[in-house]
Amino acid sequence: MGKKVDYRELGLTDKEYQLIVETLGREPNDLELEMYGVMWSEHCSYKNSKPMLKRFPTRGKRVIQGPGENAGIVDIDDGQAVVMKIESHNHPSAIEPYQGAATGVGGIIRDIFTMGARPIALLDSLRFGELKSERVKHLFSGVVSGIADYGNCMGIPTVGGEVYFESCYTDNPLVNAMCVGIVNKKDIVRGKASGVGNPVMIVGALTGRDGIHGASFASEELSEDSEEKRPAVQVGDPFMEKLLLEACLEILKSGCVVGIQDLGAAGLTSASCETASRAGNGIELDVSLVPRREEGMTPREVMLSESQERMLVIVKKGRENEIEEIFRKWDLAAVTIGRVTDDGFLRVKDGDRVVAELPVKSLAEGAPTTVNESKQPAYIKDVQRIQYDQIPVPEDFNEVFLKLLASENICSREWIYRQYDHMVRTNTLVLPGADAAVLRIKGTKKGIALTTDCNGRYCYLNPLEGGRIAVAEAARNLVCVGAEPLAATDCLNFGNPKKPGVYWQFENCIEGMSQACEALNTPVISGNVSFYNESKEKAVYPTPVVGMVGLIRDINKIVTPGFKKEGDLIAVIGENHGGLDGSEYLRVIHGRVAGNPSIDLEKEKAVQKCCLEATKQGILNSAHDVSEGGLLINIAESCIKGGVGARIELDSEGKRWDEVLFGEAQSRIVVSLSEHNCKLLEKISEQVGCKVLIIGKVAGKKLIARVDGSTLVKQDVAEISRKWRERIKCLME
Amino acid sequence: MKFGVVMFPGSNCDVDCFHVIKEVLKEEVEYIWHKEPLRESKRYDCIILPGGFSYGDYLRPGAIARFSNVMEGIIDFAEKGGLVLGICNGFQVLLEAGLLPGAMKRNKNLRFICDNVFVRVENNTIPFTLKCKKGQVLEIPIAHGDGNYHIDKKTLKEMKENNQIVFRYCDEKGEVSEATNPNGSIDNIAGICNRRGNVLGMMPHPERCSEEILGSADGKLIFDSIMKYLKGE
Repeated sequence: MGKKVDYRELGLTDKEYQLIVETLGREPNDLELEMYGVMWSEHCSYKNSKPMLKRFPTRGKRVIQGPGENAGIVDIDDGQAVVMKIESHNHPSAIEPYQGAATGVGGIIRDIFTMGARPIALLDSLRFGELKSERVKHLFSGVVSGIADYGNCMGIPTVGGEVYFESCYTDNPLVNAMCVGIVNKKDIVRGKASGVGNPVMIVGALTGRDGIHGASFASEELSEDSEEKRPAVQVGDPFMEKLLLEACLEILKSGCVVGIQDLGAAGLTSASCETASRAGNGIELDVSLVPRREEGMTPREVMLSESQERMLVIVKKGRENEIEEIFRKWDLAAVTIGRVTDDGFLRVKDGDRVVAELPVKSLAEGAPTTVNESKQPAYIKDVQRIQYDQIPVPEDFNEVFLKLLASENICSREWIYRQYDHMVRTNTLVLPGADAAVLRIKGTKKGIALTTDCNGRYCYLNPLEGGRIAVAEAARNLVCVGAEPLAATDCLNFGNPKKPGVYWQFENCIEGMSQACEALNTPVISGNVSFYNESKEKAVYPTPVVGMVGLIRDINKIVTPGFKKEGDLIAVIGENHGGLDGSEYLRVIHGRVAGNPSIDLEKEKAVQKCCLEATKQGILNSAHDVSEGGLLINIAESCIKGGVGARIELDSEGKRWDEVLFGEAQSRIVVSLSEHNCKLLEKISEQVGCKVLIIGKVAGKKLIARVDGSTLVKQDVAEISRKWRERIKCLME
Repeated sequence: MKFGVVMFPGSNCDVDCFHVIKEVLKEEVEYIWHKEPLRESKRYDCIILPGGFSYGDYLRPGAIARFSNVMEGIIDFAEKGGLVLGICNGFQVLLEAGLLPGAMKRNKNLRFICDNVFVRVENNTIPFTLKCKKGQVLEIPIAHGDGNYHIDKKTLKEMKENNQIVFRYCDEKGEVSEATNPNGSIDNIAGICNRRGNVLGMMPHPERCSEEILGSADGKLIFDSIMKYLKGE
């Protein structure tokens, strides 16, 4: 044996180490200590976040599986269910963008098919620094290629997501991948090691030395030394995963499988102790039986390896042959390495020698949760205070409009999603670039709508309101395409939780999200926490990304954002007030990140009800939610997507003109409809208790916006379309 | 009529082709597993090599798939005049197997491209395009990283003389130009056939646009043409 492992280097505290010794009644050996180190890392144990996560509403009449499993499940009627989860791969992507992003996608796909579901869609929520430096461009380009190559090769369409570019993400980009699957309710499988004596098999790729300590690496801040942790980044092989996917879905159909779990963070250690813990059992396994990619691997390396594309399968005793045969068909290994026991221990053997023996409950769930100190950071007061009389109203609104339209946070994402196969499996009815993606469910009239959302700047300025807005906007995006929001999954990206200011942001975001989830009836069914998104002592904006699924009962009634017909009237559902707080306008035009954004959830609910009902009645020709860039950018996008102009006539009601055009006040949806349907829309709005205001007409080839009788913006749609579409390409190529 | 869709390890548009034949055309269709030799007793009328990443595109797209057990039988089938349609990766396999001339390079911009494009029908006399008009413009998706078709000048000239260029990338009016070439393909070529016209390789995906709800049903013309030919109408 080499030198004794120091628990502190594994990220364990004195208190945690003592607890381990007490639990075992002895000192752990090096391997055992390392296993505790990874399992009790923040990444695996959620020790810093668990108490807060309990705040989320997680129940609902459609919820089949809430948090705690590999992924959440929600009922979509007819015996079918949607399985979904979002997960971060931030730190690996900061060091090795291509592989970091690729393996992030690979991991989340496994979480979905582990539940017995066929993965049918991917979404990606990305954050980078401003697209100025070569380094940021390298990260951005690498991450997009990594996502593309993995998802494309798997034959799973990447249908949506979002990306923001802000300087706080320069050194610590965020890469959150979401996967969605479909399963027949009767075919749902869970990650449980049930049935004492049942064999435990490892299937898929061979085990190598890659990714050792990936989970620990994800649980500390990025630093100058992080580059040296490149070996902690795993390497992905989407072809292997495609075979694994098909083979796993085939064995699940065979009826031989008791439980199945992906080998993700902390590899074999976490998969074995988590499946045993869920079933209240133990597992005994022999590392010498694990098929390896390299010679001379130690038990430690086998137990901690995060080699990708592997699964642990618990099989009905006596049916191992059937599993082996199916894997042989797909040219993959399937080897029995152990069995389920009744003693509640994870016993690791190397041949005949026992090398580790740990109680699974303690290992999987025993990490003591820490209540961190929470304190409102000093910056909040400074940024929320903003004196608008010191911010000049622009003279040339055309110039401001064009600048905003070309902002990295507003312009078209085509350069990105053109690299993703977003059509494979021929279900994608609404392609990327709309408020939400829509996929049909073959064999039914149903569809599902999918989106991810989070404006980190709002969360930075006011974490509570920002959290509420993230949920509200996700749901609003779904109703814009005609879907009823069903459930959410979240990826909580924050800085170092040991810093009271960061923890305060975390608490407040969760509180805000929970309030909105309750108001909009969208329980959280799965999620992931990513702390330590910091470098050089600076944290990223609090970025709680919300992924959401909605149900469309009749796919013939889908609505898209582009204007469809000249002569249609343009209306705003909701109150057309301004709200420059936290706006892209303030950042791009005035260089300010300031203000105090807010949302009224009751009003939001009414607006969403109104829009959803209008889509059900089939009276809307387009719908698009007002977000970054405000009302005029929203209308410009609908013009561009429809290839047609619009005339807008607004009354400022005494407000600033820049606020009227570029304010980002929440709870607004712009729709277009034929004149004879306006009465119907007004009737719906009266019933649900929200306002509707006609503001213009779809007409001509130009976008013309007048406020208080003055023409402020007049632009040729073909011209702005080109600028909007080519912006990222121009920056990147 | 009976269709066969080959499943290589890594195929992923196999399900999409299967769906169109079964649910849209309402014809008989089976998967053909790559490890098994093609059995003549199956009496397929048309065999489709689908898109995807057979063998992970390792080495070169299609380079390993051509050595699959099933390929020998498919080459036989084609030589006897059977209809073989290779889409995207299937096209790449046909090139590697020597059933069609030429080779595929990485896209000119070195990135994967998924988009709706337009192609012009240059040859409407083969079984796959009988129902198209010559010069007709089809709106059809592409999704590939290696669609930059290449062939030497001499062979290209022969192919043109033999009417082997079937589809070329164009704009919505049918104009073929460098601006309408998504991947750098020589002469804007999007699809070619063998001399006899019973083997077609195309990069665009007709199975992705065979239903109106997907935005375009232009791809169905290809499948309808096959049916018309097979039925001898």
